[in-house]
Amino acid sequence: MSDLRELLFASIEELSALLWQGEITARELAEAHLRQIERVDPAIHAYLTVVADRALEQAAEADRKLADHRKAASTGRASSPPQPAELSLLGIPWACKDVLCTRGVRTTCGSRILEHFVPPYSATVVERLDGAGAVMLGKVNMDEFAMGSSTENSAFGVTRNPWDLERVPGGSSGGSAAAVAAGEAVFSLGSDTGGSVRLPAAYCGTVGLKPTYGTVSRYGLIAFASSLDQVGPLTRTVRDAALVFQAIAGHDPLDSTSAPRPVGPVLEEVEKGVRGLKLGLAPEYFGEGLSPAIREAVLSAVRRLEREGAEVVEAHMPHLDYALPVYYLIAPSEASSNLARYDGVRYGLRTPGEDIIAQFSRTRRDGFGPEVKRRIMLGTYALSAGYYEAFYLKAQKVRTLIRRDFEEAFRSADVLVTPVSPTVPFRLGEKVEDPLQMYLTDIYTLSVNLAGLPGVSVPCGFSPETLPIGLQVIGPAFSEGRVLRVARAVERTVGAELTSGRRPAVAVNGR
Amino acid sequence: MSERTGREPKVPSQQQLPAGWEAVIGLEIHVELLTRSKVFCGCSTEFGAPPNTHVCPVCLGLPGSLPVLNEKAVEYATRAGLALHCEIAPYAKFDRKNYFYPDLPKAYQISQYDLPLCKNGYLELRVGGKVRRIGITRVHMEEETGKLVHSTATIVGSQYSLVDYNRSGVPLIEIVTQPDLRTPEEARLFLEELRSIMLYLGISDVKMEEGSLRCDANISLRRPGETRLGTKTEVKNLNTFRAVERALRHEAFRQAAILEEGGRVLQETRGWDDATGATVPMRTKETVQDYRYFPEPDIPPLVLDRAWVEQIRKALPELPAARRQRFETQFSLPAYDADVLCQHPAVADFFEKAAARFPDAKTVSNWVMGEILRLLKATGEEPAVLGAHPEWVDHLVGVLELVQAGKINAAAGKEVLEESVRTGRAPEEIVRARGLEQVGDEAKLREWVKQAIGTNPDAVASYRAGKAQAAGFLVGQVMKLSRGKANPKVVGELVQRELGPPGQGS
Repeated sequence: MSDLRELLFASIEELSALLWQGEITARELAEAHLRQIERVDPAIHAYLTVVADRALEQAAEADRKLADHRKAASTGRASSPPQPAELSLLGIPWACKDVLCTRGVRTTCGSRILEHFVPPYSATVVERLDGAGAVMLGKVNMDEFAMGSSTENSAFGVTRNPWDLERVPGGSSGGSAAAVAAGEAVFSLGSDTGGSVRLPAAYCGTVGLKPTYGTVSRYGLIAFASSLDQVGPLTRTVRDAALVFQAIAGHDPLDSTSAPRPVGPVLEEVEKGVRGLKLGLAPEYFGEGLSPAIREAVLSAVRRLEREGAEVVEAHMPHLDYALPVYYLIAPSEASSNLARYDGVRYGLRTPGEDIIAQFSRTRRDGFGPEVKRRIMLGTYALSAGYYEAFYLKAQKVRTLIRRDFEEAFRSADVLVTPVSPTVPFRLGEKVEDPLQMYLTDIYTLSVNLAGLPGVSVPCGFSPETLPIGLQVIGPAFSEGRVLRVARAVERTVGAELTSGRRPAVAVNGR
Repeated sequence: MSERTGREPKVPSQQQLPAGWEAVIGLEIHVELLTRSKVFCGCSTEFGAPPNTHVCPVCLGLPGSLPVLNEKAVEYATRAGLALHCEIAPYAKFDRKNYFYPDLPKAYQISQYDLPLCKNGYLELRVGGKVRRIGITRVHMEEETGKLVHSTATIVGSQYSLVDYNRSGVPLIEIVTQPDLRTPEEARLFLEELRSIMLYLGISDVKMEEGSLRCDANISLRRPGETRLGTKTEVKNLNTFRAVERALRHEAFRQAAILEEGGRVLQETRGWDDATGATVPMRTKETVQDYRYFPEPDIPPLVLDRAWVEQIRKALPELPAARRQRFETQFSLPAYDADVLCQHPAVADFFEKAAARFPDAKTVSNWVMGEILRLLKATGEEPAVLGAHPEWVDHLVGVLELVQAGKINAAAGKEVLEESVRTGRAPEEIVRARGLEQVGDEAKLREWVKQAIGTNPDAVASYRAGKAQAAGFLVGQVMKLSRGKANPKVVGELVQRELGPPGQGS
């Protein structure tokens, strides 16, 4: 049997092969991860809820299925049939962002107001992973209601970046990224409203995919901004991201915004290389404020892709400057409406008051943290009579312009290649007092959500202070296969020299 | 100067408005659609189930739940729009109407704001022999809220309130009229006509007492000839058709009293108190709600296929106005009869089925309006029950034939019909069993006639003095003697034969 410690940093594909060959059992794998959580999570605090019993049950079920499959394969005529892709998640331990409803498992959304909320249903993506036999270890930390870029806004304490415990893991899916980086889960799910999968993926040195809006069901995803939210995987490898994406994507009759189209064979496309692909570089993504180390890492990766046969073309995003203000009108507007249901009437926190209005407002005063309140106020203001045209409606118009910028850019470029974040992971507390500085963290990612496009963050190197750097690939709608193909090329060309073999010390040694 | 006069205005009961004033009335009507499942989830819409048994994460607005539009509800709303001569939008969308209330699980109601499904229609009303065209501004779709049950009469002052979410998510249409109605009576007639149309379309059971038809009314006054609108009030809690008319009349007189004293009508929402017969202030418009409407991001815009709309248009049933017209010409019925018969499709159907089998349509009409509707009222049944009892047509036709053939008289016929309907037995059987056959035997009848003449000398005298009506009295006496079984027509002839023409003293 392999060294269990090594297994904590293996990919889904590697582990699936070992499970398939009977080298390890799903139970052993789950137990190894539960031990790793016990060992390192006190330092990292990725998990809000660990469901060991549920995980071990799922693992036992996975072992039964694996045995059945092996038996069926051995009695077959072929010597060893290729392992079907749909079985690749069987027995694989994963971590679920606490924004996704899980039947019978507390779902807090990082908020005091849902501290004791136990949903009677699971999100469609969770159902699909359950159906694929993946083993859910628990629910991981996040910025409250997915609002934030550092996971410092959680009502249940901050999550630390496994690469440097004094730094943030990014947000809002900080727990999802930290868990994968620290060997506490093989993969995780996050949600991305303005970069919440891609930024923490970059900050923690993992792959993070934000799919095209409508390809992954939002049913059971606790809404932040409905027209921007999308669930996406965080993984160790690009191929793993493709695998998880294939497992969770596809039309869901419970979500009217889910696209009624089949998911293509994404994994098949991933290895096709970049020869002949046109990579668009837009100067708007490389301007003022970008850390030189990141600029260099991204451009160096682009040069490697050129050597692999990709062509670099110039692209322009003339309205990109407006993405941030537009985002911070639309997202809070939708949030103010989506979060109005937390009123203490039916579930969650309730602070009594002398009348119903007092009960509403006291419940919300006690239940929501400052960032959530700030955005509710922003959104309420932007939607209110007399300001709607000037703010919300205008923002929607500019959103259309940004969408057209992308359409225009994709006339000449197959994908855009950009940085994920202007800086490497910042220190805990560094931007807490300055929301605008915090908002700037997502400046390269949020336009992708405004346009509903797929974007992937892939590690492309390390900064001099040995913090991970991510590269973002953006493609036209439904081009997940293509963006992952470029990401895979980045991984292959830079990985060997710069990323492979590196692991956060805390994850290896504990603390 | 006080804006409201403290005293209640005098409101005459007859159909009139305060002298010198014209009322401008517009209605907002909510109609619950009769789909089997809710508008955004698969829960049942059945009325009267135990509280919170027809609920799911979607209609409870639980975190992460998402709405999925019920196509049947769109079809029903389209049907309503077409029946009201509306334009059906090729592209409609849903919006969120945001406000806090404990019965509103998501703290927003999914509704339609700037792009409703149907707009610019009208409804024609016949008022006092004239046709009045009332404009329909829009018909839009939305979802029901839950229902609050307070520990005392109102939410204010209640120790606690309970919420039943069975109703949450039931599909609604809101019909908004132009301020084209001029009298409280017109408002009631409009509502009754609208109710009939909904029944004909089969899209709602439109029961005001169960809340599946609800009406709010806006009313202002102005001097006749003026085009500017006065300050309006909105009247809520109108739970019966009668309440609509009474409340509006009360409000017209209240406003007139204020205006005539030189006061100003306060723009406000008022409730109708049926017990006191007065409107009472609920809240002033100063605290107007800002609903912060914005497009519902969870539901893609509604793009209606023209062919689909045309298909629905072609499949529209004959509507009450057309049916009334047809009844008047096809059956030569008076307008009044056609009105009464056509109010409910089940009644009209019933009439048509009976009229197809009995030659005298007016007689059928009389019996349907008189006896059948009376029987329904007595048992408290909805007219729809007629559809479930096709054998009642047989009973009515059977009775009419017996009466026509002179086998029973009309009075006995009414009894027989009632018993037929009640027991399901055939009229002839009942007549036989109860010995109700009309007595046509002249010898027997003559005996009774002679007896009546002998015991009523006063009537005989006045008949001979020229009072023809006295013969009627004598016929009545004979009917009494026969215990209702005499043939009144034959008796009349016999009386004349015995006494000769009136005014000829012997």
